[in-house]
Amino acid sequence: MQDLHLPDRRSIPLLLAVLAIAIAAPFMFYPLFLTKVLCYALFASAFNLLLGSCNLLSFGHAAYFGASAYIAGHTAKAWGWPFEASILAGVATAAALGACFGYLAIRRQGIYFAMITLALAQMVYFLALQLPFTGAEDGLTSVPRGKVLGLFELDNPLTLYFTTLLIFICAIALIHRTTHSPFGQILHAIRDNEPRAISLGFEANRFKLQAFVLSAALAGLAGANKAIAFKLATLTDVHWTTSGSVILMTLLGGLGTLFGPIVGALVVVTLENYLADSGLPIQLVIGTIFILCILLFRRGIVGEAQAFLQRRRGKAD
Amino acid sequence: MPIQALLGQLLVGLINGSFYAMMSIGLAIIFGLLGITNIAQGAFYMMGAFFSWLLLREAGIGYFYALVLSPLIVGLIGAAIERTLLRRVYKLPHEYGLLLTFGILTFTQGLFIYIFQTAGRPYPVPTELAGGFNLGFMFLPKYRAWVVIASLTTCFLVWYALEKTSLGRTLRAATENPTLTRAFGINVPALMTLGFGAGVALAGAAGVLAAPIYTVSPIMGADLIIVVFAIIVIGGMGSIMGAIVTSVSLGLLEGLAKVYYPQGSNMVVFVIMIAVLLLRPAGLFGREK
Amino acid sequence: MWAPIMTEPVIAIRQLQGYYGESHVLHGVDLDVAAGEVITIIGRNGAGKTTTLRAIMGILENRQGSIRIQGRETIADPSERIARLGIGYVPEERGIYSSLDVMENLMLPPRLGPGGMSLDDIWQLFPNLLERRRSQGTRLSGGEQQMLAFARVLRTGANIFLLDEPTEGLAPVIVQQIGKAVEAMKAKGHTMILVEQNFRFAARLADRHYVMENGRVIDVIAKADVPSSLDKIKSYLGV
Ligand SMILES: Nc1ncnc2c1ncn2[C@@H]1O[C@H](COP(=O)(O)OP(=O)(O)O)[C@@H](O)[C@H]1O
Ligand SMILES: [Mg+2]
Repeated sequence: MQDLHLPDRRSIPLLLAVLAIAIAAPFMFYPLFLTKVLCYALFASAFNLLLGSCNLLSFGHAAYFGASAYIAGHTAKAWGWPFEASILAGVATAAALGACFGYLAIRRQGIYFAMITLALAQMVYFLALQLPFTGAEDGLTSVPRGKVLGLFELDNPLTLYFTTLLIFICAIALIHRTTHSPFGQILHAIRDNEPRAISLGFEANRFKLQAFVLSAALAGLAGANKAIAFKLATLTDVHWTTSGSVILMTLLGGLGTLFGPIVGALVVVTLENYLADSGLPIQLVIGTIFILCILLFRRGIVGEAQAFLQRRRGKAD
Repeated sequence: MPIQALLGQLLVGLINGSFYAMMSIGLAIIFGLLGITNIAQGAFYMMGAFFSWLLLREAGIGYFYALVLSPLIVGLIGAAIERTLLRRVYKLPHEYGLLLTFGILTFTQGLFIYIFQTAGRPYPVPTELAGGFNLGFMFLPKYRAWVVIASLTTCFLVWYALEKTSLGRTLRAATENPTLTRAFGINVPALMTLGFGAGVALAGAAGVLAAPIYTVSPIMGADLIIVVFAIIVIGGMGSIMGAIVTSVSLGLLEGLAKVYYPQGSNMVVFVIMIAVLLLRPAGLFGREK
Repeated sequence: MWAPIMTEPVIAIRQLQGYYGESHVLHGVDLDVAAGEVITIIGRNGAGKTTTLRAIMGILENRQGSIRIQGRETIADPSERIARLGIGYVPEERGIYSSLDVMENLMLPPRLGPGGMSLDDIWQLFPNLLERRRSQGTRLSGGEQQMLAFARVLRTGANIFLLDEPTEGLAPVIVQQIGKAVEAMKAKGHTMILVEQNFRFAARLADRHYVMENGRVIDVIAKADVPSSLDKIKSYLGV
């Protein structure tokens, strides 16, 4: 798995270019659409952190995304908390939930891990359906956006977009730092050969749990941000279809790459937007892409591109 | 608490439990032979119900014929899917099988929503099984009694076929050591096609049985599979009898919960799963592959 | 050197290459077995004997070259089709199924041809198995498992047998029993490839010995030449 290292001189121009695009984009596309892309890109990156670094396939990441969305929405709407506090409340909820669910799920391996995370997430869905503050089928609506730092109105689409972009960049930097820290190296060692890592004295389960909590917290960050940006938290946010769609984004973009989940989120969100008016059920298209992706290009868009560049470089040398 | 209500809910629990059993033994057979966790099992359940509804509406073919035809069609579709799609991921880590079947689930649901919309469609109880028995202490609808008997008999027959017949012997051998089994001249790839077809046909049969009880809709199997997964985490996939017993017990427990704590009834299975993970992490019949 | 082969050999292997993933294990194996002949493959551990049998059976899928069995090219055939040509395979690890009892293990392989042993014959040859026919397969002792692995292919009516170290780790009494079974099979005119570390056991039974090293056949010794080649054989086997 080739990550893009920040210090790598080759990737600096690329990063600058991406940043320039991100800054210019809201002047060419709807800022609200781009905000949505960023939220899901962060969500997918959080998921990818767990799958890429630990080889843990969570099938219930919507639980952290959605729970955080509800909590952020509720604290902002019912209790009038400021933007930052609501976001933090959401993230804290997601982290706590991640700690509990992670603790349970890492007791089993492989496919059972996936089944457990899916089942636990379904509980959160049922809770969201029944708890008094979630608005059941209607969801939590008209969440006030408030002001960032108490100064800038988030109802201004550009302010909203750039705030989200900033949060996004910080989170991605954190993910990047984590995967390249000693902690990240240990995770990779565990992923590649767990018995060996354990025999070297690493408590594999403790590290996996930490990664799980971090991933859940970041998914929560994405969910909270999304709830405020769209003034809305709904059952869809906690439903397993959302867990599935974040898997697809990651896989389609390129599992274990830094940019893959971002590209994947861009493609899937764009697709969903187009399909919304077409009368074609989203699931039909998502399902088709899923199948093609698994059968034909498991490395994803970014993964294939990297492999292609590497082959070309290999030929040039 | 009136005894009627309790018995009524226990009956519903027994019905759901026997559906869980049909779904989970199908999953266990498929996982054993193919190494694939078939999350699309719920979609095949939905197809089973839909095909019987279609047979009735389009061709006037009634319930008892549908009981055979629908699972057969579902099984054939399953076999075709195994040949064309699943076969390509056997050599990859098991997670890819889960993801591929997730894609199949999503696609199938999308397709049925596209054609039939999400609205539920009623399927009439066959006249032969309409009405019920008054047992004195409760009213037992004939159809519900039939569903319990039919599904548990099916489960028992599957168990018998696997444990006591030569086909079952061959399937167990192919599950345990496919390479050597092939080297004896047994066509294991064909058995895998058969196993997947039969496994999803079981889900299809559950769907036909369910059609007159629950309305037929494209999303009817979606949440069911998650409960079945939790049941599998609790009971494991190593033993068919274990899967049947776990499924039926959990169905009954759900029924009990509906009487005493209705708001939490849909969470009972998950709560028990958590308890099992805390107390016996490997599951009740713990044998993990 | 060895008896001239009049008709086409039952098994004819030419330039067989075999791979486990990236690693190239068989480097151009040539080998012939005539009808009714018993040959052995001998050689040190890791020489490629087991791999050769696995390649013949099609269990080793990554293989190239030519393997003709009864005149038919099988290099690209799947395992089950190769077995159907009438081959009984007793693997080195014995391959007894734990989810099957002894009787089920015995009855598992389908009939491949006429003239297989009846159950009575099998009980006569291996009385222990009759006693334990309801036990779970892997509950048997090592010797009993080997008998079962053997008995399993005797029932099928196969006329070509590939036996991978049938005496490995067995008590002398059981080795004798297995030896008798092999002799009986030979007397019936079956063709056999026997992989054996126990050269004394092999020498008595085989018409020819193929010596393998590093994935190649490095020598072929006919039965008649064995007495004069003992030193050479010892050095091949590293004993
Ligand atoms: N499953 C396997 N994967 C990779 N290499 C293997 C495998 N089995 C055997 N080998 C290698 O192939 C070579 C030949 O092995 P084998 O045929 O088992 O030797 P023999 O039976 O003569 O002792 C050895 O170097 C061994 O390490
Ligand atoms: Mg060997």
